[in-house]
Amino acid sequence: MIAMLSGLKKDLASGSAEEYLEGLFERIEKSKLNAFNTLSKESALERARKFDRSPWGGLLAGVPIAIKDGISTKGIETTCSSSILRGYIPPYDAHVIERLKAEGAIIMGKTNMDEFAMGTSTETSCFGPSRNPWEIDRVPGGSSGGSAAAVAGGEAPCALGSDTGGSVRCPASFCGIVGLKPTYGLVSRYGLISYANSLEQIGPLTRTVEDSALLLEVISGNDPRDSTSAEKGQYLAGVRESIAGLRLGVPREYFGEGVDPSVEKAVWDAISVLEELGASWREVSLPHTKYALAAYYIIAMSEASSNLARFDGLRYGKRMGEDRDWHTTFSKVRSAGFGKETKRRILLGTYALSAGYYGRYYLKALQVRTLIKEDFERSLADVDLLVSPTMPFPAFRIGERIDDPLSLYMADVFTVPINLAGVPAISVPCGFAGRLPIGLQLIGRHFEEDLLLRAARSFEEATPHHLRMPEVA
Amino acid sequence: MAAYNDVIVGLEVHVQLNRLKSKMFCGCSTAYHDAPPNSHTCPVCLGLPGSLPVLNRRAVESGIKVGLALNCRIEENTLFYRKNYYYPDLPKGFQISQYDFPLATMGQVLIKGEDGERKIRITRAHLEEDPGRLVHAGTIDKAKYTMVDYNRCGMPLLEVVTEPDMRSPKEARIFLDKLKSILDYLDVFDGTLEGAMRVDANISLKGGDRAEVKNISSFKGVEKALSYEITRQRNMRRRGMEVIQETRHYDELRGITVSIRSKVEAHDYRYFPEPDLVPLRVADWVPNIRASLPELPDARRERFREEYGIADDHAKSLTSEIKVADFFESVASRAPPKLAAVWIADVLKGELNYRDVGIEQFSSDDMVEILQLLSEGRISDAAAVSVIREILDHGGSPAQVVEALGLAKAGDDVVLQAVRSAVSDCVEAVSDYRKGNERALNFIVGQVMKGTKGRADPGEAHRLVIEEIERL
Repeated sequence: MIAMLSGLKKDLASGSAEEYLEGLFERIEKSKLNAFNTLSKESALERARKFDRSPWGGLLAGVPIAIKDGISTKGIETTCSSSILRGYIPPYDAHVIERLKAEGAIIMGKTNMDEFAMGTSTETSCFGPSRNPWEIDRVPGGSSGGSAAAVAGGEAPCALGSDTGGSVRCPASFCGIVGLKPTYGLVSRYGLISYANSLEQIGPLTRTVEDSALLLEVISGNDPRDSTSAEKGQYLAGVRESIAGLRLGVPREYFGEGVDPSVEKAVWDAISVLEELGASWREVSLPHTKYALAAYYIIAMSEASSNLARFDGLRYGKRMGEDRDWHTTFSKVRSAGFGKETKRRILLGTYALSAGYYGRYYLKALQVRTLIKEDFERSLADVDLLVSPTMPFPAFRIGERIDDPLSLYMADVFTVPINLAGVPAISVPCGFAGRLPIGLQLIGRHFEEDLLLRAARSFEEATPHHLRMPEVA
Repeated sequence: MAAYNDVIVGLEVHVQLNRLKSKMFCGCSTAYHDAPPNSHTCPVCLGLPGSLPVLNRRAVESGIKVGLALNCRIEENTLFYRKNYYYPDLPKGFQISQYDFPLATMGQVLIKGEDGERKIRITRAHLEEDPGRLVHAGTIDKAKYTMVDYNRCGMPLLEVVTEPDMRSPKEARIFLDKLKSILDYLDVFDGTLEGAMRVDANISLKGGDRAEVKNISSFKGVEKALSYEITRQRNMRRRGMEVIQETRHYDELRGITVSIRSKVEAHDYRYFPEPDLVPLRVADWVPNIRASLPELPDARRERFREEYGIADDHAKSLTSEIKVADFFESVASRAPPKLAAVWIADVLKGELNYRDVGIEQFSSDDMVEILQLLSEGRISDAAAVSVIREILDHGGSPAQVVEALGLAKAGDDVVLQAVRSAVSDCVEAVSDYRKGNERALNFIVGQVMKGTKGRADPGEAHRLVIEEIERL
């Protein structure tokens, strides 16, 4: 049975948070999923014991949560799954961590990810890939693959990830859980180690839509430390309301070539379910979709090449034997500390920003970004939400695509346009291809997470997919 | 020395907006100068992973103030960029600066150049963050290791860039003095703090490539470095060698410049808009800031000349620092302005400079009292100077000092007595004077001053000595 956070909270208040947490840690230690990089076992158990002695209130009172290893946690090693950051213990908490703690949650550990969130499979992690609980030789998706595997595999009741080009929705889709990418600016990025600042948001990975709404309620809201941060709305209050009269748009460009037939079928079935719930649908067009991947990768890599310049080993992280002169020393640290994919993206980004190329690549990509944003604004003027597959195919095998970066990049084709436009999107389970889950993507207008969550919740309530559990769980 | 026809100088001046309370993008205090290394830091100015910059709006206000005072156009929407390069004093691997849409552009400043008034055009003034500071263990070429102090990192900097409108090292110096004076009036800058202003100077001879001399930390240094460069570039030209475009370092100890890197090795900074800061619309701020601008040095100098009828040199000297100008006006409202101008500009400022202290070390009430004693003929000029020195060195009020040191002007009979005995004692000098040697008088007057312990008025004594000789 699904452990909804509301039910879990009641159980914890009457039972023992310590016992529950110990159960999770036992499970994790025996697990083959490789979902966690670091467990904050002692501090978490200590906090659980305190809770058991005198329970506190809060939206997440006593609830353990797993955190993607790219989000800064005070006193807990934070590596972005990169060996260049091994040993780095942040002296401060990210905004979302402060919010979680303020609402009574217990940080249980840090989850595996693609190195610096650069990937779709967790295979670029310096700790090796996490595994998909539904089929152990398949990837859990990425980059927040550890968070998704932990939640789907029953190792954590909920988790946070970050989504730069699909990094929450992709693993949610591959692991059969709920993943939300909020509107750009809704959740403060303060403390999230930047991959591509202008694209990414922290988002919840949960078993149910209501849990997603609950977590969003906690982590969203204005933070003066993030200049791009905005005011929050109400997400939990109206999440159970009906969606009768809702107008859906089905973007023509998100179906057809390259989409696995099982995925396409599951998504059309989902549209029928939504129709039965009182929604109507029509075809819409997002004509600039074909340029999205190119624009996304240029912008993301350009920003990354600058963001990752700070990792020189001087103040924290990796150090290489005895120091020599500055250039030799930091070059050695960076050569040894970054993985292959990270280096590839730094090099490409550096190239795209170079004198003489900036106009041809970066500026051009920004222009495409504007066009894509306009695509969404135009189509969402006539309909309330867009519906599409989250990923064009179910989880692939570990090693199947890692040597072909372009085919990996292609997997992001339905998720990256959402980040370019800054709109919110959610992935909910909508079926299976054999044993492998399929995700449905709902896309909303800026700051209309309430509507997005309501539609996802209605769909979830009308379907059984979220109730199925992988054997490992 | 006049301006050269073939010398072309342009400046980039980095001004720390060190009157602000907090750094450019975080809440750390700017008062780090006496603090232990790395004690004025936080995740943001240390560039720790995940930290984000938040713009200090007061820094933008200060920047607009300066822009307006330099007669610039203020951009309606201003934008921050990342300037990417690797250096240990730069913890993020990039500096947040401005590129397109800088805060202020197309301004101008008039200076009194060596051949009359000269217009120095201001290309732009933009905001950026200061990097940290490298501390070498020993000298830069012999140090075994280098330490980094990030206290300075994130200090708000305003970079003022001029067009190549100066024609001599002296004119560069005059421009810098003027800029410093304007910054002082705007209350955005304290020039007494270490590293508060650093200058990059571009210099070329007409028809030649330019050299950029980086990071000169004193105005005197700018003048010297530029003079050295003129000689160097002229000598190269004389020998038929070409001056190449390059960056040079000014070695303050040796008074020379040395090459650091050539144009070929120039950085590609890969500027792009800082995604963590949003474009800032400042157009609406400008009217209020403009209205709050103080009277600036040029306007005040003009007003001093007209309102107080004082000489232009005095007006200039009294208005270059706002504290001095305020001091003068406070005194001039209670004492004869012309007398006040002479005593403050010519005497007091000299004594302050000699002691390397500011005018706040002297009270305007004391100055008024001294001028009053002078006007009433109760002390001599020489005694007034002594009073000023005594107050600066040991404190006390003018009345107390005059009393304690016995500086009150001697009574007429005492002076007359001293004149008579001097004239009768100095037989030889009197006879020299009678033979037409005017200078012999000085000796006799000296004796009178000695006899009255300096309390006689030298002019008065001079007159009485002549009278006495003629009476005999």
